[in-house]
Amino acid sequence: MKKAANFIEKAMNIIFTLCGFLAVAFVILITGFLLTSGMPAIGKIGITDFLFGTEWASTAATPSYGILPFILTSVYGTFGAIIIGVPLGLMCAIFVAKMAKTSIAKTVRTSVDLLSGIPSVVYGLVGMIIIVPLVREAFNLPDGANLFSAIIVLTVMILPSVISVSETAIRAVPKEYEEASLALGATKTETVFKVIVPAAKSGILTSVVLGIGRSIGEAMAVMMVSGNVANMPGLFKSVRFLTTAVASEMSYSSGLQREALFSIALVLFVFILIINLVLNLIVKKDKE
Amino acid sequence: MKKIISILTVVGLLMACFTGCGSTSTEDGIVATDGSTSMEKVIGYLSEVYMEENSDVKVTYNPTGSGSGIQAVLESRCDIGLSSRDLKDEEKAELNGTVVAIDGIAVIVNPENPVKDLTIEQIAGLYKGEITNWSEVGGADAPVVLIGREAASGTRDGFETITYTEDLCKYSQELTSTGDVVQTVASNPNAIGYASVASVKDTVKMLDVEGVAPTTETIQNGTYKVQRDFIFVTKKNAVLTDAAKAFFDFATSEAADDLIVKAGAVPVAR
Repeated sequence: MKKAANFIEKAMNIIFTLCGFLAVAFVILITGFLLTSGMPAIGKIGITDFLFGTEWASTAATPSYGILPFILTSVYGTFGAIIIGVPLGLMCAIFVAKMAKTSIAKTVRTSVDLLSGIPSVVYGLVGMIIIVPLVREAFNLPDGANLFSAIIVLTVMILPSVISVSETAIRAVPKEYEEASLALGATKTETVFKVIVPAAKSGILTSVVLGIGRSIGEAMAVMMVSGNVANMPGLFKSVRFLTTAVASEMSYSSGLQREALFSIALVLFVFILIINLVLNLIVKKDKE
Repeated sequence: MKKIISILTVVGLLMACFTGCGSTSTEDGIVATDGSTSMEKVIGYLSEVYMEENSDVKVTYNPTGSGSGIQAVLESRCDIGLSSRDLKDEEKAELNGTVVAIDGIAVIVNPENPVKDLTIEQIAGLYKGEITNWSEVGGADAPVVLIGREAASGTRDGFETITYTEDLCKYSQELTSTGDVVQTVASNPNAIGYASVASVKDTVKMLDVEGVAPTTETIQNGTYKVQRDFIFVTKKNAVLTDAAKAFFDFATSEAADDLIVKAGAVPVAR
C-alpha cells in the first residue's frame, strides 16, 4: 500500500516538474526559432537598411525591405492610444474606486471586464464598419482607414487593462492619506490628484506599460482599420504596423520576403522584451 | 539527472508531435490540396461531388494562398497545390501546372457611383494615381479611393499583371481578404476595388471593361480582359497517389465543367 502511494507521489512529482518546464521550453523554443529565422534576412539586407530604410516593397522586381515605416507606425499608434487612453482609463478608475456608489461601481467594473474579453477581431469589425466611415465623414477625407482610426480602436482596447490595474493601485492607497488630506481642508478633487494619484504612481505606471504591451502587439483589429499601406506614418494616412506587416504577407510569402517577415517578428519580439523589462523594473522599484 | 530526463521527455514529445503532422498528406484515400484562397469555391464544389461519388476518398483543402500551396507541393506536404497565379520560371523547373478553370477579376465600385465602363488604360491610370478624381472618367466630382489586396495576393498579382500596374499602384488600403475588399467598397462611395467575379456580392457594382461585362461567355472567349487561370500544381519528379490521380483526372475532365460554372468560375475552353 505504502509502495503504491510512494509511486504515485513520485510519478506526480515528475509530471509537475515536466509541466513546470513546459513554459520555459516554449519560451526557449520561440526565442531560438525567432533568432535563427530572423537573423539571416537582417544580415542579407543590412541592419541599417532594414531598420532605417523608409521603403517596403517586398514583391517588387527590385525589392526593398525597409521597416522604418512599420516601426514608426507602431510607436506612434501606441503612443497615441496611451495619450488618449491613459487619462480616460485613470479617471474611470478613480470614479470606480473613489466616487461611484457600490452598485454603479459594480456595473462599471463588470462592463470593463466584458470589454477586456471581447476578441480583437470584433474590435476590428466594429472599427471597420462604424469608426472608419465616421472618421471619413467627420474629417471630410476620401478614406477613413488610417492611423487615427487605428489609434481610436487601440485606445478602446487598452482601456480595460489601464482601468483595472489603476483601480487596484488606487484602492491600495491607505485610507489615512485620504482622510488626512480631507481633514486639512483639501477638496475631494485636490485629494484625488495631489494625494491618491501620486501615492498610486507605480501601479498606474504599470497599467501604462501593460497598455503599451497590449497595443504594440495587437494585429487583427488594427489590420482591419489602418488601411495597411506601407507609408511613412501620418495621422490621416493609410499605414501598416509591425504586427500587420507580418500577418498580411506571411501566408503568401516566399524566399527573402519570408525571412524578412521573420526579422520583423524578431524586432517586435525585442520591443515586447524591452516593455517587459521596464515593467519588471517598475514592480521591483515599487517593492523596495 | 531528474531535470535532464524531464527536458528530454519534453523534446521527445514535441518531436513526436511534428512527425505526426507531416505524415497525413500521403495517407491512402486522402487527397490533400493546399493553396489559393480564391479557389475555395471551385475546389469546394469539385471535392464535394467527387466525394459523394467516391465515398472511400477524402479530399481536403487548406486555404493558405497560392505561394503557400506551391511551397507545400515542393515540400511534399500536399498532393495537389492550388495556384491562382502562373508558376514562376524557377518554380516551373520542378513543378507542373495544369489549368482547371478561368477566373474573371471584377472591377468593382460602390453602387452610388455613376461610372459604368472603364478601359484597361483608365483602370491603370486610376490605380497608378494619374487619375485622382472620378470626374475624369465620367463620374461625380469626388476623389478616387483605391482599394487593393496585400502585396502577395494572387488576385492582386493577377490584376496588376493584366493592367500593367505592377508595383506602381498607389493604394489607399491594402486588405487581406476578398470579403474585406467588397465590404470596404460597399461602404465608401468613392472606392474602387477588384475581386474574383465569383465572390462579388450585390452590395457593389461590377464595371464593364472595354465595353465588355464580366460573364461566363466573355471570360471564356477572352473578350473580357481582366482574367487569370486557376492552376493545379503537381511535382514533376513524383508520382501522384492513385486517389490524387483520379481526383486530378476528374477535375480536368468535361464532367467537372458544370461544377466549375456553379462555383462562379469559368471552365477551360476545349
